Amino acid sequence: MKKYIVAGLLYSFSILAQASVSGVALDSIDVDASNKESLQNGAVIYMDYCMSCHSLEYARYNRVARDLEIEENEFVERFIHTGAKFGELMENAIPEKQAKSWFGSAPPDLTLVSKLRSPEWLYSYLRGFYADDSRPWGVNNVIFKDVGMPHVLLQLQGLCAVEPSIGHGEALCEEYASEGSMSAEEYDAATYDLVNFLAYMADPSKLERERLGWMVFLFLGIFFVVSWLYTRELHKDIH
Amino acid sequence: MSQNKHPLMAWIDARLPITSTYEKHMSKYYAPKNFNWWYVFGLLAMIMLVNQILTGIWLAMSYVPSSEAAFGSVEYIMRDVEFGWLLRYMHAVGASMFFIVVYLHMFRGILYGSYQKPRELIWLFGMFVYVAMAAEGFMGYVLPWGNMSFWGAQVIISLFGAIPYFGEAVQEWIRGDYLISGITLNRFFALHVVAIPLVLIILVVVHVLALHEVGSNNPDGIDIKKHLDENGVPKDGVPFHPYFTVGKLPAVTIFLFVFTAIIFFFPEGGGYFIEWANFEPANNLKTPEHIAPVWYYGAYYAMLRAVPSKGLGVIVMAAALAIPFILPWLDRSPVRSWRFKGWMSKVAIIAFGITFPVLTWLGTQPATDLYTNLARIFTVVYFLFFIGMPFYTKYEKTKPVPERIGG
Repeated sequence: MKKYIVAGLLYSFSILAQASVSGVALDSIDVDASNKESLQNGAVIYMDYCMSCHSLEYARYNRVARDLEIEENEFVERFIHTGAKFGELMENAIPEKQAKSWFGSAPPDLTLVSKLRSPEWLYSYLRGFYADDSRPWGVNNVIFKDVGMPHVLLQLQGLCAVEPSIGHGEALCEEYASEGSMSAEEYDAATYDLVNFLAYMADPSKLERERLGWMVFLFLGIFFVVSWLYTRELHKDIH
Repeated sequence: MSQNKHPLMAWIDARLPITSTYEKHMSKYYAPKNFNWWYVFGLLAMIMLVNQILTGIWLAMSYVPSSEAAFGSVEYIMRDVEFGWLLRYMHAVGASMFFIVVYLHMFRGILYGSYQKPRELIWLFGMFVYVAMAAEGFMGYVLPWGNMSFWGAQVIISLFGAIPYFGEAVQEWIRGDYLISGITLNRFFALHVVAIPLVLIILVVVHVLALHEVGSNNPDGIDIKKHLDENGVPKDGVPFHPYFTVGKLPAVTIFLFVFTAIIFFFPEGGGYFIEWANFEPANNLKTPEHIAPVWYYGAYYAMLRAVPSKGLGVIVMAAALAIPFILPWLDRSPVRSWRFKGWMSKVAIIAFGITFPVLTWLGTQPATDLYTNLARIFTVVYFLFFIGMPFYTKYEKTKPVPERIGG
C-alpha cells in the first residue's frame, strides 16, 4: 500500500513538474571548473571584450590567478588592463551615469551572472545575436529580446543576418550579414570557455568544496560503521 | 554512583544541582523502548539549532548589516573569508534542514497523538517554536540583501496591510520606513541574531522541560508509567542516555550524509534553498520575474494565493497557522496512536501528510490556473483535517490498546 502511495505521489509530481517548464529552448552545456585551459582562455576573452563594461566587483585578481594557475607577473601583464593592484577587487572605471546614457541601463556586474541566469542561458545568449536595424546598436538577440547591449564579439563571430536557431546543440545561422574571424565551431568553443569562466567566477569554491565533500563522506562512512557497531552492542541490553 | 562521588562533585552538588539535573533529564529519564526512527527528528532539530547558532555567530563576524554593504559582505564571506563558503552554506542549507526535520517531528506527533493529554503544553510550546522559527527564517532571508530578499520581504510585509484601518501603520512600524530600506535591514539583523534566537532557546528549553515532566509518548501511545518495577522505573522504559543519545548516532550520521551532500554538492538546493534571483543585489526598480518565498513557507503562500481576495487570503493563511495550536483539543479519540485509531483517522492523517507537502510545493511555483485550483482543493483538505477531527475521532471505532509495549 505504502509503495503505491509513494509511486502515485512521485508520478503526480512529475506531471506537475513537466507542466511548469516554459520559456525559450536553450542549448545545454556542461561547465567544468577543472579545465584550467578553458578557464584561462575564457578569462582572456572576458578581459579583452567584456571587462571594460562589466565589472567582476566581488572577486579579486589574485584569487582568480591562483585558481586559474597563472603566475602573478604573467597575470598582471595579460589580464589587468586598468592599472589595478594584484590584490584588488575586479572593478572597472566606467562611470554608472555615463553607462546609463550609452546603453539605456548600466551594464550589470557579472560576478554572479551564471547563477542568476544559468550557464545554459549565457551560452545561448552569447550565440543569439542577429542583425536588426530597428535597434540602436543594429543588433537584437533571440534569447534576450531587445537587449541594450551591442554584439561585442561581432569581430569574432560575425553577424547573423537572420534569427539564429538556438536549442539544437549548435547555433544555426543560415546567412551572415558580416563574417567574423572565427568559424562557427571556433566561436562555439570560445563562447564555451567564456561561459565556463563565468560559471567558475560565480562559484569559485566549487572544486575545493567537492573535494572536501568526498573527504567528509569518507569520515562519515567510517563514523557510521563505528557508531553502528557500538549501537548494536548497546541495544543487546534492551529486551 | 552517588555513594562514591568525587569530593569536588559532592561540593558542587551541595550548591548547584548538577548531578540530579543530569539524572532527571539524561541518565534516569526513561523513554519508551519501542521508539522508532520517527523519534530521531527531535534530536536532529536540536542539532540543527546548535548548528544555526554556531555558524550564525561566525557569519556575524564578517557580515555587514547595511543596505550598501550587505550583499558585498556575503560575497566577501563566500570568497575571501577562510571557509566562509562552508559557514554560509551550513547556515543557509541548515535553515532548510531545520525546517525539514521540524516538519517531520511535528508529523510524528500527529501520527502517534503525542499532543494528547497530558502533553498539550509540549505541543503548544512546540508550535510557538515553529512560529519563532518562521520569523527567524524570514528575517534571515532578508539579510543577504539579494533581490529576492527584498521582494520577498516586500510581499510578506504587505500582508500586514490587509489589517483593516491600522494596516498601513503596522507595515510602517515593521519596516521603520515608508519602504523597505537599510533601516529595515538593520532591525531585522538585530532581531535575527539577538532577539529571536533568545526566544527560540527559551521556548525549546520549556518544550523539553514540559516533555520531561510527563515523559515521552511512543508509537503505541501507551503510558509506560503505569507499570513500574520495584525501583519506580518504568518496565518498558530505557534510560534516555545513552540509548537515545549516542545510541542514535547511526541515525544522526545518516542525516549528516544528506546534510553534507547538499552543502558540498548542491548548496543552492536546486534554487529552492538559495533562490536564483537572490544572486543579484536588492533593486527596488526591478521585480523578479516570479516572486516566491523560500520553500518552507510555501504551504501558507499557496493558501494565500488560492483565495481571490487579499484580505480573505490573509485570514485563511493566518487561520492555517493558528489552527494547529488547538490540535490537542480537537482530537477526541480515546487512543493516541494512529495504529489503534479507526479508518477515518488513518485516511485523514494520510491525506494531511500528502496535502502539506503538495501545498508547500505549489507555493514555490508560478500561480497558473491549474496550480491555483489545485491549491484551492488542498487548502480545503488542510482545513478539513482539523475541523473534521472532533467528529471523525469521536465517532469512529478504535482498536483496543494493549497494556504493555509489545503486549
